[in-house]
Parts: sequence; C-alpha cells; structure tokens
Amino acid sequence: MFARDAAIAAALVILAAFDGAAAQTANQPPDTMSARVEACTPCHGNKGEGTSDVYFPRLAGKPSGYLYNQLLAFRSGRRKYPPMNYLLEFLPDPYLEAMAEYFAGEHPPLPQPAPSEVSKDVMAQGELLVTGGDAGRNIPACVSCHGPGLTGMQPGIPGLLGLRAAYISAQLGAWRYGTRTAKSPDCMQVVAGHLTEADVTAVAAWLAARPATDNPAPVPKGTYALPFGCGSQPN
Amino acid sequence: MVSKLSITLLAVAALTTTARAQDKTSDVIARGEYLARAGDCTACHTAPEGRLFAGGRAMPTPFGTIYTSNITPDPEAGIGKWTADDFYRTMHSGRFPDGGLIYPAMPFASYTKVTRADSDAIFAYLRSIAPVNQKNKPHELRFPYDNRQLILGWRTLFFSEGEFKPDPSKSAEWNRGAYLVEGLGHCGMCHSPINALGGTSQSDAFKGGLIPMQNWYAPSLTSNREAGLGDWSIKDITDLLQTGVSARGVVYGPMAEVVHNSLQYLNDADTKAMAVYLKGIAEGSSPPPASTVLPNTESSLLISLGKTVYDKNCASCHGTQGEGRPPHWPPLANNQSIEMQSAVNPIRMVLNGGYPPGTEGNPMPYGMPPFAGLLSDNEVAAVVSYIRTAWGNRGSPVSAREANELRSAPLN
Repeated sequence: MFARDAAIAAALVILAAFDGAAAQTANQPPDTMSARVEACTPCHGNKGEGTSDVYFPRLAGKPSGYLYNQLLAFRSGRRKYPPMNYLLEFLPDPYLEAMAEYFAGEHPPLPQPAPSEVSKDVMAQGELLVTGGDAGRNIPACVSCHGPGLTGMQPGIPGLLGLRAAYISAQLGAWRYGTRTAKSPDCMQVVAGHLTEADVTAVAAWLAARPATDNPAPVPKGTYALPFGCGSQPN
Repeated sequence: MVSKLSITLLAVAALTTTARAQDKTSDVIARGEYLARAGDCTACHTAPEGRLFAGGRAMPTPFGTIYTSNITPDPEAGIGKWTADDFYRTMHSGRFPDGGLIYPAMPFASYTKVTRADSDAIFAYLRSIAPVNQKNKPHELRFPYDNRQLILGWRTLFFSEGEFKPDPSKSAEWNRGAYLVEGLGHCGMCHSPINALGGTSQSDAFKGGLIPMQNWYAPSLTSNREAGLGDWSIKDITDLLQTGVSARGVVYGPMAEVVHNSLQYLNDADTKAMAVYLKGIAEGSSPPPASTVLPNTESSLLISLGKTVYDKNCASCHGTQGEGRPPHWPPLANNQSIEMQSAVNPIRMVLNGGYPPGTEGNPMPYGMPPFAGLLSDNEVAAVVSYIRTAWGNRGSPVSAREANELRSAPLN
C-alpha cells in the first residue's frame, strides 16, 4: 500500500517536473542551431544548400575549418561583403565555430549542374587547368590542393563542387585583384594572380559543370601533401 | 639577537608594504580597465584586426573622415609621455596636452563629467597595456572643417565643461546611473538630435536622433513613445543592457556594438543604477497620439498586402498577433521601436535582418533574416506599415520610397 502510494507520488512529481519544463520552453524558440542560423537561410538555403541566386555559395558539407575562417574574415572585414560583415560583427568566436560546424555537418544532395554556355574549347581549357595546371605559367592544378575528387580536405580546404560559375569566377576575380585575401602564406592569391580572365572563365565553367557525386565529403587532414604552404591549412 | 629579530621584522614589514602597494596598483588598473569598458574606448581606438588601443580606425563623419588616435603607452606614437594631469585635461577639457583642440568626435562633452579619480584609474590602465609603435593617420576632412579653429565655435555652442554634479534630491543609485549614462557611457552622442553643425544642444539631451553616416535612428531615451523606459521593469532594462535581449525588445545595429563592447561588462550594481536613472528620466506616460487614420484606399491596400507578407514570412517567429517569443524573438506588438515616429529602424531590420550581440548572458543569439533580396520595395513598405499599425500599435504607414532609400544605407 505504502509502496504503491509512493510510486504514484513519484509519478506525479515526475509529471509535474515535465509540465514545468514544458511550460518553460513552450514559448521559447527551439534550442537548436538550425533556429539560430535562420538569418543565413534566405541567401544560403535552409541547410546551406544554396539558393537560386548564383552569387550565393553552397555552405553545406564544406570543412568546418574553412567555414570558420570565412566567418572570422567576414566579421573582421578582411573579406568584404557588407550584408555578411554586418550580420557577424558582434558574434563571439565559439558561436561562429558552432555555426561553421553546423553547416559542415549538413549534407543535402548536390545540385545537378546547370547547362553551360561556354564552347567546347573553353571547357577543355578549364579541364586542363583544373586537373593538370600549367607548369609553364606556374599554375598548379586545382586538384593538387582541393583533392582529386574536388571535395576538399579537412580542416581548411574547401570542396569546389556544387558551386555556380558566377560565384567561382567572382571569387577568383577577387583573389586576382586582391580584394579577397586570406592568412599568409596566401596561396590562392598567388595562384589566382597567374590566371588570365579567360582562364578564370574556363575554370569556373568546368568546375560548375561537374556532375553531382554521392559522397562530396572532404577527405581527412593529411590525406595528401600540399604542393606549397597555405596559411589556411597549417601543417 | 634582539637586533637581528628587529631587522627581520623590519624586512617583513617592508615586504608587506610593497605587496600592499602592488595590490593597490593592480586594483587601480583593474578599476581603470572596467571604466575604460564603461566608456567604450575600444570601439573607436581599436581598428578591425588592429592592436588594442593602437587607433587608426576610420570614423566617417559628415565633415570628412577622422582617424582615431593611438592611446597605448608608446612614447612616440601613443600617449607614453603623457602625465595623469595631461590625460585628465584631455578628457575634461577636450584639449591635447599642448593645448590643441580635439575634434568633438571624441565625446569629451560627456567625458568632462568623469571624476579625477576615475580619469586617473583609466590612465593607469592605459599605461599598463602593451605599447604599439603605430603612427596616427592624418584626418581627411574637407575644407573648411580641416581648420581646427572652427572647433572653438562648436565648443562655444555645445560644450559645457565640468565634472558630474550629483542631484541631492535623488538616490545614490540614481546619481550613479546618471554619472555613467551622461559621462563615460556618452549615450547622448547618439540618443540626442544632431544638428547641421554636428552638435547637440543641452535642452535636447536624450531626445533621440538619426545617427549621421550610419542611418540608424537612435530613439529618444525620454519619450515613452520611443525608447523611453518609463513603462519597462528594471529587470527588462538591465537584461537589455547586459545581454542585448529582453522581454520588451532586442538591440541591433550601433546599439548592439555598445552592448557588445561596453555594457555587458558592467557589474550588476552599475547596470541597475543605469536602469534606475533611465527609467527615471522618461517623461510621464504621454497621452496616446491620435490613432492612425488610414486616409485612403491606397493605405488600406498597403496594409492588407502587409498582412499577407507578414503571415507568410514573419508570423512563424513573431506570432500572428505580434507576440513573438521573447526574449529571443522579440514581440512586435506594443514594441516602441516598431511604432515610433521614425520608421528607419523597422525598415532596416526587414531589409538587413541582424543578430543581437553575442554576450556572456546570451552567447548564441538568434538572428533575424535579411529580406532585402526577397521582398520588393512595395512589400517592405507594406509589411512595415502593417506591423506599425496592427495589434493596437500606433505607428504610421511608410511608403515604398522610404523603403527603397534605405536599401543603400551603409551596413558597417
């Protein structure tokens, strides 16, 4: 008898506790990262898959170290895009890290590439530069750092799949003109400095035409050796 | 034997005294650091990715660009050769140690209220940080504003020198709050109307104004129809100041910077004192303004489009009745910053979204999405008109032109 009463009392106490917890959180936003990064979604998509705007990049599945570096660069104004600079200005490092990890951990399917408007010759030049580079002009192959599958490497080298030609070409242009910079040694600035405008168009077109793969995850750190020093991927 | 003992005792006494003196110095430095936070010195004197207090931050003003100065203890580039007297005079009188006039972008009209003891503590703290040999960049001011003698005229009109005088009819807490708000906090630099000469008249103190160059509206701290806090509880005020979010509203834009750099570091007693003072200076509840009459069909069409836009894009967070889920998703009903006469801030929030500052009390704030790319000028005007007039809100509708103009407002 006593035991049964005690059990009922205990159950009631537990129920009451549940009720209390529910009352506390009922009127609060979900305590999740996806609710916290809703400010990112009009431009980058709900899971970081990108949107119809070709200048806004996919974030999902990129290495978290790369995403974190970009968030830091936008917050300090080193990477200039006022809407991003404004949003991040007063957010602390650990929160930016959590945001980077959130989008790195999302894996919505890659989009099928849009049909390209460039000629076969241009496409062939793009493929040549991406896969083999041009030693005579000191241009390394993109794949030598971004990986044979172009999926990037943990923690700091981004994959190049699922991006639109307009975005890639705008970024390569920004590296060439020095308006986008990264930690020294700033390898991308050196590489992009050796590209002509025609190279940029070709590389962007060929990269944007890569078919979606099933496993776009970046390879683990140290899977291959980089051809030169990179401030974003310290050894 | 006796003499040996006394020598030992003396030595112990000497050690203790030194230790006490060091304690005292480190206490003063710690207090100075706290006060430098209260004065938000870093907001201007540290450049993005720059060294602490080495200056060089560009401050756009309607008169040209001013570059902030190096206040590290470097003897050549900084203030390493200054004395505590020099520092006090600069804070108190707005003049360099050589008598030169300081541009009033430096809020000496507020800092003049700082006590000598507090000024000395800030100076002791600044002496204790790492010196940085980074030369000051010359200002880029347009003619005729590059002539510092013009500052004399500004000073005559807008500067009255003198330390804070407590009001004996008020509590110690109220006076502490007043000292912080009017002095180091230099709240009046933004929350007062700025006239064409870049000055604020005393009688307009804390009456609100559009911040030049930034195009954010700093609401009145005295009118309860703006950011006057007369109807707020002390807890809501201290929450807002310390964490950036509260049951009544959330800080964004320039005020997010102030909470981020400065207010979140103030202790509970000082925060409460500021809250008591701010609540105290709010004018008695003003009579409700004439409720908005929607003059014509155009207005009602706007509001009905606004409701459609709202239900589709906003209601999931802010609620169908504008109730929000405070503190993280702010309520829009009975929210002064939505209703107040200037619609600049609500329009900007719809266009640009924003994050409240990440603070110790709210380290992972929820953000408002930017809608600039998703809504047309008409839709922005409609939804802002709707939230300003729905649920008993007493704001006025805004036009598509107003929305359009703010698309080009600077973001940082």
